[in-house]
Amino acid sequence: MTSASSRTILICSGKGGVGKTTLTANLGIALAKQGAKTAVLDADFGLRNLDLLLGLENRIVYTAQEVLAETCRLEQALVKHKQEPNLSLLPAGNPRMLEWLTPDDMKKIVAMLEERFDFVLIDCPAGIEDGFKNAAAASREALIVTTPEVSAVRDADRVIGLLQTREIQPVQLVLNRVRPKMMANQEMLAVDDVTDILALPLVGLVLEDEQVIVSTNRGEPLTLNGSRSPAGQAYMNVARRLRGEDVPLVDPTKKAPGLRAKIGRLMQTKIF
Amino acid sequence: MTLRELIDNLLGRQPASAATAKQRLQLVLAHDRSDLNPELLEQMRREILEVVSRYVEIDLEEGDVSLETEDRVTALVANLPIKRARTTPLPPPSGTAAASA
Repeated sequence: MTSASSRTILICSGKGGVGKTTLTANLGIALAKQGAKTAVLDADFGLRNLDLLLGLENRIVYTAQEVLAETCRLEQALVKHKQEPNLSLLPAGNPRMLEWLTPDDMKKIVAMLEERFDFVLIDCPAGIEDGFKNAAAASREALIVTTPEVSAVRDADRVIGLLQTREIQPVQLVLNRVRPKMMANQEMLAVDDVTDILALPLVGLVLEDEQVIVSTNRGEPLTLNGSRSPAGQAYMNVARRLRGEDVPLVDPTKKAPGLRAKIGRLMQTKIF
Repeated sequence: MTLRELIDNLLGRQPASAATAKQRLQLVLAHDRSDLNPELLEQMRREILEVVSRYVEIDLEEGDVSLETEDRVTALVANLPIKRARTTPLPPPSGTAAASA
């Protein structure tokens, strides 16, 4: 595998708590299941959580830091997922050792990963400070995660601006935690509102789904066991689209069941 | 206007919040993206109106200078209804002299 065929994708949002890590975990598993050798790199090492969502928290021995210090080999630091051996996790660092990582360190680590994997997903820390700059340093493309809320969209916009100045291309959007009923009642920003404002192509639409919480409790991402839950399906579809498959995106307000949703759609009719 | 907005208007109800959210976002993003703070924008707006009103009489009540954003491009949009043209432009304000017509 040459680095030319490898894709390094930054997963970021600006705002915290919108679902970056959940997307990284589910997307990583989904890509691996679809046959792509995938590495997920937790760049948020101060508050790392990707290990927990993947159920790998007890298996971390080394981190990227030891690899760079040459006290261990990359293979030793990579934590291979037992059920899905196409997926490996590399923690960037140890929560006790803040502020060792520089953009150059990040580039070195990612270059090593690109030699071995088809996809390298970088779970970016929240914010737009050093953590973001490090994580973005080695990325070639990006996924922006946002929710249909004013604060999340505003922060996403800031991040998009920063990615543009870094010439990271393409930048695509995943709209997370969508509530179709609220959208149908026009009490939540519509899908088109968000894509218009941010002017990004949509690569994923994930409904609010209680199963996400259940899956994080267990440390088993929804995509791991082929969950039929709405969010699980949506994450699988993001992976397929990233790999170039044409999977149509359905506006959830146009298929939400129930009379209220129907009336909601009627209410959206433009009269003049 | 959508059917929902019409009914809300007729009943004097608060409109659905999604439209408000979109409006507020567009405004705040126009400012975020241009790095212009509201004070500077207001100052620019006053000066633009001042200059334009030296040449034409404009309806200051209806006049509007604002930032608008589409496809991540921010534009300064001025909408200034003209009452009538002046035959000779007013002199530019000199020193501390006020320029209001």
